[in-house]
Amino acid sequence: MSSLLKKAFLNAKKENRPALLTYTVAGDNTKKKSLEILKSISNFADICELGFPHNTPIADGGQIQTSAYRAIKNGIKIKDVFSIVKNFKKSKKNTPIILMGYYNMIFQYNENKFLEKCKKTKVDGLIVVDLPYPENKSFASRCKKNGVNFIQLVSPTTSQIRLKKIIKDSHDMLYYISMLSTTGGKLKVSPKKILERYNKIKNQNKSKNVVIGFGITEKTIKSLKKADGLVVGSAICREISKSIERRQNTVTNVTNIVKRLRNKIQ
Amino acid sequence: MGGGKFGGSFIPETLKKPVEDLTNEFKRLRNNKEFLKKRDYYFKNYIGSPTSFVKLENLSGHLGGAQIWAKVVSEANGGAHKIYNATVHALICKAMGKKYIVGDTGAGYAGKMLSMAAKKFGLKCKIFMGAKDIKRQKPNCDAMRKNGAEIVPVYSGSQTLVDAVSECMRYWVSNCDNTHMCVGSTVGPNIFVKICGWSTAQISRELKTQLKKEFKKIPNKIKLINCVGGGSSAYGFWSEFIDFDKKQIELIGVEAGGPKKSKLHAAPLSRNAKVGILHGAASYVCQNKEGQINDTESISAGLDYPGVSPIHCFLKDSKRARYTYATDEDALNAHVMVTKFEKLNPSLEPSHAFAEAIKIAPKLSKDTIIIVNSCGDAKKDRDILRERLGKH
Repeated sequence: MSSLLKKAFLNAKKENRPALLTYTVAGDNTKKKSLEILKSISNFADICELGFPHNTPIADGGQIQTSAYRAIKNGIKIKDVFSIVKNFKKSKKNTPIILMGYYNMIFQYNENKFLEKCKKTKVDGLIVVDLPYPENKSFASRCKKNGVNFIQLVSPTTSQIRLKKIIKDSHDMLYYISMLSTTGGKLKVSPKKILERYNKIKNQNKSKNVVIGFGITEKTIKSLKKADGLVVGSAICREISKSIERRQNTVTNVTNIVKRLRNKIQ
Repeated sequence: MGGGKFGGSFIPETLKKPVEDLTNEFKRLRNNKEFLKKRDYYFKNYIGSPTSFVKLENLSGHLGGAQIWAKVVSEANGGAHKIYNATVHALICKAMGKKYIVGDTGAGYAGKMLSMAAKKFGLKCKIFMGAKDIKRQKPNCDAMRKNGAEIVPVYSGSQTLVDAVSECMRYWVSNCDNTHMCVGSTVGPNIFVKICGWSTAQISRELKTQLKKEFKKIPNKIKLINCVGGGSSAYGFWSEFIDFDKKQIELIGVEAGGPKKSKLHAAPLSRNAKVGILHGAASYVCQNKEGQINDTESISAGLDYPGVSPIHCFLKDSKRARYTYATDEDALNAHVMVTKFEKLNPSLEPSHAFAEAIKIAPKLSKDTIIIVNSCGDAKKDRDILRERLGKH
């Protein structure tokens, strides 16, 4: 059985382009709005990452922090995150959803209950920022058993031996962090260098879909289009902040930026 | 599960390698005779070990009951125990060939000491500090700047220590290739708990010797009272005595209870917080049902932290140590009483420990030895004390 994630990558490949992955925070700036944004951008994005916000995010830069704090302030709870996914899937059942967040939220909810809920609401994948390999081994294998992709992260500091082990333990997708940075940093490594490292990972096992994230904006996305997939997060969160500040329509503005991103890799 | 329930290394993938490198380097250094010689040399000649161990005759006489003693760790260079961890981190940073060192600070002591050590060993230093703390601990900020360190104000969240630690970790994620990170207490990913505890353990090594000298042997009824924020001074004060029977040596940790009338506090151990993951480690954490970290409140910036060292969680669960809390008002009253009777000026952090000593001493026998770790000097609290007590 092929996962929705795999299919999304395959579809993009058929069109000879990388898959476009977006990241938005659930509940930013309200539950209703974030669902509307998600539905609208999924017309142009292949895979949607949805953050469940935490108030002590140790790997996120300013843009995503702002979105997370805003969502928490507006009362977002884990149960709302799942209900957003559920509602999204009602009309967009073929668009994969990846939940992304920090481990304490899952730990407090209870790992198994969390997975149960993922399964029920048809979450396709999970990224847990502060649960690295091998600490994630048991949880990751339980995810797999429940049909949820546990997405392993790889960074420029990951050693070759470690990389091999991580790939062996990974599911359909790997996430390559482009540089030493929190999310939303300025791309400080040349695209050429990033793609070199990307190829090293890719060459280990061609069947794994490897996406690149961190530092990807309208300006930089085209230069990395050889990858299987590209993730844009902070640039979108920034657009939400800007739209709110200017009292403009967040759904329209965010959809437009995603549309432009998609056109750049077409 | 034993200690396995607490601690760990819940870190982003990018930090795996630098944490592993640091772990290996520390493993090597702690067994390296040259390095130990260097450490002892700087502890003695730079930090000024040993700090004195004195009886508080007047305070004991006033309260009646147990004898109250103090280990005056605030005599250490810079005015607090934070100098031990800072010095060791600077030495490790040098050994690893890194030129930049970054750290977090709440009360400003960890930052001040790191800036001192950085200056001493020729390292460039950045200190992350909550904007609220910058305001309330100005004397320490002045010292940091004088030592040439850059203070990076943190405006996110509650603008206190918890946010400073987060921001410092974020900075390290982005700069781990050329920068060494010092976590200011026995918190954070496992290796930082280890390094800090190994450094502050000097306090109890000294105390053990001093006890034998003063009493000819380790007395039969001792109570070691220490404030607990992250828990670095408490662990350092206790480490040599953990293997003793608790009937002989009782370990008492005093957390920050916050203002009397406030619901907020920074006392995860004594007010039964649940286990959670904060800053890369599992510990008791002040948090809500969902796992969002709670705001904390305390007059003492150094104790104003929602988590606590995994070591103290273990000592709590194994019942080796007892944890309680003192309110802001208790700590202020204790500060007033200690300074009235003794030539000692404990900062608001150890004033929490003194509050507990003052509370229990009258009920105890004369042969009971209460020892309080006076781990910080109140110079940094000048503005708060003036505001709250009117004088000074």
